[in-house]
Amino acid sequence: MSLDVMQDEFLRRVRPAAWKNPAPKSVYDLAVLGAGPAGLAAAESAAREGYTVALIERYRLGGNSLNAGSIPSKAIIGTSRLFAAMRFGEEYGVPLSGKPPTDFAAVMARMRRIRTRIAEYHSVERCRAEGIDVFFGDARFAGRNSLLAADTRLHFKKAIVATGARPRAAAIPGLDQVRYLTSDTIFDLAELPKRLGVIGGGPLGCELAQAFCRLGSHVTILQNAPKFLPREERDAAELLSMSLSRDGVETRLNTTVAGARPGKHGKLLDAVNDDLKFSIPVDEILLSVGRIPNVEELDLPAAGIDCEDGGIKVDDFLQTSNADVYAAGDVCKSLKFTNIAETSGRMAVRNALGEEGGRQSHLLIPWCTYCSPEIAHIGMRVKEARQRAISVKSYTVMMQDVDRAITDAQDDGFVKVYVREGTDTIIGATIVAARASEMINEMSVVMSAGIGMRQLANILHTYPAQSDAIRLAALAYVANQSGSTSGLERR
Amino acid sequence: MNSPDSSDFETLAALPDEALLDRLQRGAFGYLTEYTNPENGLVADTSRPGSPCSIAVVGFTLSCYPIAVERGWMARAAAAAQTLQALRFFHGSQQSDRPDATGFKGFYYHFLDMQSGRRVWQCELSLVDSALLMAGIVTAGRYFSGGGDETEIRALCDELYGRVDWRWAENGQATISQGWKPECAFLHYGWEGYNEATILYVLGLGSPTHRLSKESFAGWTSTYQWENLLGQDVLYSGPLFTHLFSHAWVDYRGIRDSFMREKDSDYFENSKRTIAIHREYCARNPRGFEGYDRDLWGITAGDGPGNRELRQSSRDRRFFGYMSRGAPYGPDDGTIAPWAMLATVPFGAAAALDGTRHLLRAYPEVCTQDRFSSGFNPTLAERGNSWLSEGWFGLDQGLLVMMIENHRSGLIWEITRGAPCVRAGLKLAGFDGGWLA
Repeated sequence: MSLDVMQDEFLRRVRPAAWKNPAPKSVYDLAVLGAGPAGLAAAESAAREGYTVALIERYRLGGNSLNAGSIPSKAIIGTSRLFAAMRFGEEYGVPLSGKPPTDFAAVMARMRRIRTRIAEYHSVERCRAEGIDVFFGDARFAGRNSLLAADTRLHFKKAIVATGARPRAAAIPGLDQVRYLTSDTIFDLAELPKRLGVIGGGPLGCELAQAFCRLGSHVTILQNAPKFLPREERDAAELLSMSLSRDGVETRLNTTVAGARPGKHGKLLDAVNDDLKFSIPVDEILLSVGRIPNVEELDLPAAGIDCEDGGIKVDDFLQTSNADVYAAGDVCKSLKFTNIAETSGRMAVRNALGEEGGRQSHLLIPWCTYCSPEIAHIGMRVKEARQRAISVKSYTVMMQDVDRAITDAQDDGFVKVYVREGTDTIIGATIVAARASEMINEMSVVMSAGIGMRQLANILHTYPAQSDAIRLAALAYVANQSGSTSGLERR
Repeated sequence: MNSPDSSDFETLAALPDEALLDRLQRGAFGYLTEYTNPENGLVADTSRPGSPCSIAVVGFTLSCYPIAVERGWMARAAAAAQTLQALRFFHGSQQSDRPDATGFKGFYYHFLDMQSGRRVWQCELSLVDSALLMAGIVTAGRYFSGGGDETEIRALCDELYGRVDWRWAENGQATISQGWKPECAFLHYGWEGYNEATILYVLGLGSPTHRLSKESFAGWTSTYQWENLLGQDVLYSGPLFTHLFSHAWVDYRGIRDSFMREKDSDYFENSKRTIAIHREYCARNPRGFEGYDRDLWGITAGDGPGNRELRQSSRDRRFFGYMSRGAPYGPDDGTIAPWAMLATVPFGAAAALDGTRHLLRAYPEVCTQDRFSSGFNPTLAERGNSWLSEGWFGLDQGLLVMMIENHRSGLIWEITRGAPCVRAGLKLAGFDGGWLA
């Protein structure tokens, strides 16, 4: 499939060129503003229950996740991991002569194929087939129970705001003038930058810094904090630092970007590390300093909806200050992850329609940063537990002691299971491993089911498997209770 | 440096425990006198030409003079005179926010010119290194209890310790900053998790003049994590030195703060368990480094081969320069600090001595003039020789002298047990029990 055909196919699924908004119903049971993961989940869920639903999207279906977030980044990361693995071909008995060249156009084409394929699952045609009225255009409230969708007035009984978030700008002198990339634009690159400067050491900044480095860019990442991934614990963040450095990423912690300007060849980032001032020459700049909720153009006051910390203020049931309007996803959540958006979309719609949707404070949320190794977490962190006077002990298994991690040559990382002392109750876990994103889901099931360490120790796992590290942590718990200090509780 | 004769090392390794300890302790002490500027008492960071003074090494040296006196290596008057020389220098040195001063707010810059005593390398006003210097000053003030020079020693010690503005170092934050520079004020680096800073908090809390807020220690310990790791329940910190520095001065046996009471342990026991983890890690040797063994360990801060990469047995090896290495999380590049095993001798003589003897037999080049180098790396071997750090580092030598002495006689622990500021600091940090009761 040619690039043009593929792009046409993608747009046919997410924003058909010839799309005509439907004639509106007199009043909708539910209006959903925004067709990202939260909005789509809410709209589809309500439509399947037989409610009339209007779904309004300003840009393309799928939101940030499909268009400029989880999907394109994971596709690029997938390629970059192959490049990284090829470095070690010789160790596996597959010697490669020289560094393989990067066909960046092919890398991006693969990403677009993947994005197009996944777009089908929530395409506009499928939405229409579900009975959802899809409106493309800007949305803004016109009253407590009405809104304008591309100038068409819609009336609703209930509404869900799921307009997501966008990359945060930064007040860095000169940055606008030299132009920079964000997650919204980096996936449109036609050429691999020779030198890429990444501002921000959060999840996306770290993921893309590593991926572009592996593809062949010379990457410098600048983080205005003592560690990457400030939300994660020290040991995980330090492992990531080592991993980035090993891949060849130039890591600059505690470094503030004070300015940007054109250089003789490319651009210059002027940086400050305490009293040290220096300039970094780059060809492209990726700004990745967080995301801010899309609320400005919604005319929220017209509907009596309050904001808080830049996002929509909601209660534990995701209800806004307007009792008929709920919010879900990045527009109201501090943790801006696709899985949280989707779950909160389903929760909001059930609560809005008078069903038992539940409370967001009851959600057990796993998240992951998709670097190599991946860093995943669920539940309470040790510091939070200590602040709440909960006595906690971490049971740690190093991946270097896990047979399958050794056979896979993926033995960087660890599994830490946090247990309330004096009990076998698991209150959280952090996993740093090649596939931590998969392994953390076992912890999600275990914790949701209320399974304790004793029971977990007796749950059979396949052998060898990297997830066996979780069982080994439980075995360490059992051994610890019996006073053993051998540290070799394996099988 | 003299080229060692392997038979010498066989002889050294074959010495009885006490004789071995005495010889290596004295060898290490020799560094401290050899590399001290007698005009101002400043001690060189390393034996390399042009090395500046490290204020932490001065702190260790001041603590080692009493040991030398008690061991008969130095006359008391000479030790007092040398101590006084250093104290007079610090007392008279410039304290200001000028970039070339010696210190500010009672703290001192990490590295000083050996002759002028002024700041070098645009280094930071180091709070933890100042604490190590102050620990030496407190030790000297407590030990030299006689008249004459010793009267002046006590007066200067009180004044130098009393003028440290620990409260200023909090900078309004929950935990102490790691440093300050006139060019940019407080550094961004903070403390997260356990490390060598306990002595900093104890001395800061024990100050009679500008004490730290009581909450500062709790703020730091709130970042602790109690972990079951390789079979041990431990308060984790990767590099070995972080489990040794504070223990060079303070006897943590049987005294507990709130965290350790909750965990039914103490910091001394914690260091023992950490050593067990390091030995287990080296026995497993997951990265396949040369030499690692249950009796060859010592992963800590120290000199390293420098930033270079090597393709070896189809594996990428990456090496580092001077840095803080740790186990089992890393970073680990196969570099061993040869002094580190012996420095753990108070926590378990058998492991420390077995390891040291094994090291002396297997890698005799790491010890010259009865002094251990800062690091060596058998994985990075060229023409059959392991990479070896050049010369000696003062911190390693000072720590070794003190830890061996604490094992042999408990002298330094005994001295600081009687120091009112140490007792007050520990109590304000929430320690009780044991000798504090």
